[in-house]
Amino acid sequence: MSSTQPTLFRLPPAAQYQLDEEGRLRHFLTIEGLPAELLEEILSTAQSFHTASDQAARKVPLLRGKTIVNLFFEASTRTRTTFELAAKRLSADVLNLDMATAATTKGESLLDTLRNLEAMHCDMFVVRHHQSGAAHFIVRHVAEHISVINAGDGRHAHPTQAMLDMFTLRQHFSDFGAITVVIVGDILHSRVARSEIQALRTLGVGEIRVIAPRTLLPREATSLGVIPFKSMEEGLVGAQAVIMLRLQKERMHGSFVPGEAEYYQLYGLTRARVELLAEDGIVMHPGPVNRGVEIESAVVDGPRSVILKQVRNGIAVRMAILSMAMRRHAW
Amino acid sequence: MSSHERVDVGAVLAHLGDSVKSFLTTRGISLPVFVGIHTGGVWVAEALHAHCAVAEPLGMLDVSYHRDDVARTGVRPLKPVHMPASLDDRHILLIDDVLFTGRTTRAALNELFEYGRPASVSLAVLVERPGREIPVAPDLTGMRLELGPEDRVKLQGPDPMELVITRPNDSLLGEPAR
Repeated sequence: MSSTQPTLFRLPPAAQYQLDEEGRLRHFLTIEGLPAELLEEILSTAQSFHTASDQAARKVPLLRGKTIVNLFFEASTRTRTTFELAAKRLSADVLNLDMATAATTKGESLLDTLRNLEAMHCDMFVVRHHQSGAAHFIVRHVAEHISVINAGDGRHAHPTQAMLDMFTLRQHFSDFGAITVVIVGDILHSRVARSEIQALRTLGVGEIRVIAPRTLLPREATSLGVIPFKSMEEGLVGAQAVIMLRLQKERMHGSFVPGEAEYYQLYGLTRARVELLAEDGIVMHPGPVNRGVEIESAVVDGPRSVILKQVRNGIAVRMAILSMAMRRHAW
Repeated sequence: MSSHERVDVGAVLAHLGDSVKSFLTTRGISLPVFVGIHTGGVWVAEALHAHCAVAEPLGMLDVSYHRDDVARTGVRPLKPVHMPASLDDRHILLIDDVLFTGRTTRAALNELFEYGRPASVSLAVLVERPGREIPVAPDLTGMRLELGPEDRVKLQGPDPMELVITRPNDSLLGEPAR
């Protein structure tokens, strides 16, 4: 891209881009600014697409004739494949573009790539990018008829992950006001944490705690409406859910944590620490899981773990978001 | 001037229920699956299900995601859907409140076949009115209303269930068609 490109970091207020004049979803870039009613509608619509594990998955013709492009500038397995499955179950055609090996490495600018995809009559872009604000940037530069879904941008947001976690929480706890949710780990670098906190707050979760080394906690933590705890022993007590974050080595430049062994000793979710949760408490992790780094292997596979359920729920939640954001015909 | 007319459907339902019973007997169907289409169709189906004392729990379909106008109306959460684990080799009685264009029936058939390969599908409707846009005909009909293209009929319910007929051009047409 040329040096005159608009900066990706000055993020405009998302609400003006995300909703149409009737308040319905147009793009899905961030949880920030979205009303609780819309998040609830996403959860209800996802429930319509949800199939029990003993049922065969059914296709619906909602996006027949539409083309969805998975535009991934950053590696992803779970998110990309569940977006692909979601699009296919909605009967859309799907293009998977691995931008790390695509034309951009031959010198084509992002905007030229977008123009080419528009020329192919694509209807929706699902974007993952290592720069914060990349999805906003694309919204401002694509044709009017295209919807953009943020599948993770830099440290900024990962709103579909947050919504599938809300869906998973809702399966276990119908009254969000009565539960305590704890997020553990690298809050500072985590787009998942940011989106989770916004979604938990919007949906009125009773108490949101974070547990992290001071170096991995954003300075504005308390203004986010969360209660910071220094130790697992204090922070996990009586909580209904703990969301473990992956230690993101690739996003750390400088020494934020002393070492993996010490991190695990202080912040790792062990079997003993799981016992501190409420009796019905569940263990969540957005993946990929680093066994023995932030979570004990036996906890990942243990009875409290809903980690694979989260992956499964990702399909129904992404079906809901894709179908709600698709442009409606005006005829 | 438009006119509203309210029609109690108790007698029509009873008539339709008897027709369903003799239809099942004639066809030799002993274990039917009744499936109602949300919203009014489910009310009618509940009444028929009780009237005919069907063993299999009532199936319910919300066909919104299979309708051909969803790209215009947008996606909304579905109403509760219940269906037997498999429809393979079962005899299905599909039930709706009003048969008009036939598009809802088409959407329901598409969705039904996502659940398996039924042995047969029959259609029972409380009200049949003119205006078909798709080649669909009911096997069983509670009553037939001769309505014009601008006239509307809607089932309100579930308790009590009554038909509301609206004729927007009533003053121009004079006597309502019966």
